[in-house]
Amino acid sequence: MKMMQTNSNVTLEETRVQEDPKPESTKLETDVENEYCEVKVENLNFFYGSVQALFNVTIKVQEKGVAALIGPSGCGKSTFLRVLNRMNDLIPGTRLEGKVSIHGENIYTPNTDVVNLRKKVGMVFQHPNPFPKSIFDNIAYGPRIDGLKDKIMLSEIVETSLQGAALWNEVKDRLNEPALALSGGQQQRLCIARALAVKPRILLMDEPTSAIDPIATQKIEDLIRDLCANYTIIIVTHNMQQAARISDHTGFFLQGEMVEWGKTSSLFTNPEDQRTEDYITGRFG
Amino acid sequence: MKTEALSRGIVLEKKKSEWRSYELVGFWALRLTLVLVLLILGVIVFDIVSKGAGVINWEFLTQPPRVGMTEGGIFPAIVGTFYVTMITIAFAVPLGVGAAIYLNEYAVQGKFTRLVRMSVRNLAGVPSIVFGLFGMAIFVKIFGFGPSLIAAGFTLGLLTLPVTVTASEEALRTVPKAYREGSFALGATRWQVVRTVVLPRAIPGILTGTILGLARAAGETAPILATGAAFFLPHLPDSIRSQFMALPYHLFIMSTQHHAISQVRPIAYGTALVLLALVCLLNLAAVLLRKRYRDRVAKGL
Amino acid sequence: MVSITEKAMRAIFIFCGLAIILFLVGILYILLSNSMPGLIELGLGPFFAADRWNPGAYGEPTYSLLNMIYGTLKVTLGALIFAVPVGVSAAAYLAEIASPWEREFFKPIVEVLAGVPSVVLGFFGLVVLAPLIARVFNLNSGLTAFNGAILVGIMALPTIITLAEDAITAVPKEYRHASLALGGTRWQTIWKITIPAAFSGITASAMLGMGRAIGETMTVLMVTGNMVARPESFLDSVRTLSAGIAIDIGDVVFNSTHFHALFVAGLLLFLITFAVNLLADILIQRKPEVSK
Repeated sequence: MKMMQTNSNVTLEETRVQEDPKPESTKLETDVENEYCEVKVENLNFFYGSVQALFNVTIKVQEKGVAALIGPSGCGKSTFLRVLNRMNDLIPGTRLEGKVSIHGENIYTPNTDVVNLRKKVGMVFQHPNPFPKSIFDNIAYGPRIDGLKDKIMLSEIVETSLQGAALWNEVKDRLNEPALALSGGQQQRLCIARALAVKPRILLMDEPTSAIDPIATQKIEDLIRDLCANYTIIIVTHNMQQAARISDHTGFFLQGEMVEWGKTSSLFTNPEDQRTEDYITGRFG
Repeated sequence: MKTEALSRGIVLEKKKSEWRSYELVGFWALRLTLVLVLLILGVIVFDIVSKGAGVINWEFLTQPPRVGMTEGGIFPAIVGTFYVTMITIAFAVPLGVGAAIYLNEYAVQGKFTRLVRMSVRNLAGVPSIVFGLFGMAIFVKIFGFGPSLIAAGFTLGLLTLPVTVTASEEALRTVPKAYREGSFALGATRWQVVRTVVLPRAIPGILTGTILGLARAAGETAPILATGAAFFLPHLPDSIRSQFMALPYHLFIMSTQHHAISQVRPIAYGTALVLLALVCLLNLAAVLLRKRYRDRVAKGL
Repeated sequence: MVSITEKAMRAIFIFCGLAIILFLVGILYILLSNSMPGLIELGLGPFFAADRWNPGAYGEPTYSLLNMIYGTLKVTLGALIFAVPVGVSAAAYLAEIASPWEREFFKPIVEVLAGVPSVVLGFFGLVVLAPLIARVFNLNSGLTAFNGAILVGIMALPTIITLAEDAITAVPKEYRHASLALGGTRWQTIWKITIPAAFSGITASAMLGMGRAIGETMTVLMVTGNMVARPESFLDSVRTLSAGIAIDIGDVVFNSTHFHALFVAGLLLFLITFAVNLLADILIQRKPEVSK
């Protein structure tokens, strides 16, 4: 198993290099003076039309591990998440100020290849959204749009991705059945597997367990802990206990501001900001 | 005191029941308008079916007209209508679907998209005879196609364009946003999103629009009067530059232009029945397809 | 490579959207450019003179569209007098009263009626309705404005029913609930609340029905007798603008004055329907809203 994973990693890495038209060119944008950082956001302001949704957010996320973003609904945590893979580009009339770098590269330059960015920064949504295709075709979707046609390689990727998402044993005998026939929790793990198949380095998760039952939630939380050995995971959750259980760092958002950011253990036991304390002790929200 | 209140209650009660009977009469009056619609359709269909059915046989459908069009069948008109509607679809469907994809998937909603949508609606309102004038001037004369299948097909294509755009847009709108987001998040380009996720879901709806457009084009007469329809042709059309006979034009001729009108009346009835059946079947197919498709969307599959 | 495909597809789709605007503008341009020589040669006067349309006359061809405009007006108004009340009532029934079963039954019928080709309807008018009208009113021929009005009304009915139903359905539930909660009957609610609230949409449906009636060609061509004399009553034969074009379009000499005069008629028809549709469009945009 381990062998196979390495194998497919190599082959995929190769195809990626061939597909990528300018792997190095964007490096020119790198701010050399700044230290290397997985995700680095400086003085971010974000607007929907004339409404400002994020105020002066600054954050540095280190490689690997889980970072959780908590806060009452409407506080801007989902908006912030969608800044990181530029999904907000799809909403007309949005505007952004400040600097967002991933792996040291500013991702909001006119030359940024958004498609490559999204391959590097995968995303899992609040409601499981498998395509109305078979389980196999769902996982193979990303590699296929990348131009991979080889059936054997696709099968390998499908298997490793499903194993990576702890779904392989449940679905290995019915890969050709429609993905929509799976249970909600399975669908969500399928969506995680689908994201893994593109070999991202960062995984964004937008309240991934809010639409599924507690047992399935448990499985996904375990999965997140497993995945964070190889991926940087940034998860938005409305559930404070979940953040406390699975994350290494936690950020608290309130009304578009990042109130506090720190190690999960210290933020929950010893918050620096009064508003954080109010929130985690349940005084509002 | 008590009795007064009681009697007032009785009066109110009486008023209420009076109202209820008024209401019943009113509802029935409204229902009758729909019965009238049904009756109109019923009388038309009954008249044409009862007088046309006797004419229709294998020979009528497969033989050309003979003896100055007083005998024989309507085969060339069936073939001509088939050919011209195929050209219509080849013209209108790619353009219509393309415009719908632009409006729904690519465009930033604003002044330009409003202008395009307004143009679609106004194009739908242009009288068919004006399309005929336009087609004659531009396809027959300026492009030099002459009266031909291609000139008539393009003219009909313009006329059906609003149908295909509107139906395709409706089909695209029913594709859930979550599919698009999921695809974008995996690093798909916009065209990849459209090609791999959106279009496969929208195909049944687009097909419905295509069939509706087909039905519309098959029944139209005014746009082909001067763009290619012929009174009588001894041969079937052999290229897209040929003139052609068409069912609706044939019916028009057989009922108003023929030298022996009463003698050919049965043929006219037969033609009317074939045309009506063709158009109704196409519409029925579209309605059924759309219903199945909407049910599926409603179930979220 | 990916990005070339991407750019090409985007360009193709933008072109498709643009093409639709171009077609509409193109129709207007063709109508204008082909009617201009006629308008320059004759001026506007002869098209609205008191004589009749007779472009084939020896010596003094005349081009007055006036009688055809009267004909169009007569047929259209007659059609609306019949189709608007029936159509709106049917729409009110479908939207407010009909059981789901009745809707399932009646809506396809309306759609099938919408699909009946105009030439088939014209044929029916010619062979069934015209003789009937001739007998009832004791006329030599039933090919009259009256006949045309009934058939064009039938053509406009599905448009009016469908759009008026949409307009009535779009009235917010809150309006209805408020009225019913105050003890209003359903009947009162329909006529005093729902229909007035949907008024602009219903007017729009009538206007779009009118647009169809004005432009309708084959049916009127076949059932109104096409006399170019000024119609005195509803039981006279009339020729409408659209039928007038259809009659001459087949054998008009290219680029003759007659040819250009046909395009003047076409331009007039286009402008009238365009104005009617635009007005309907504006009315449709004005939807009733609930204050929040």
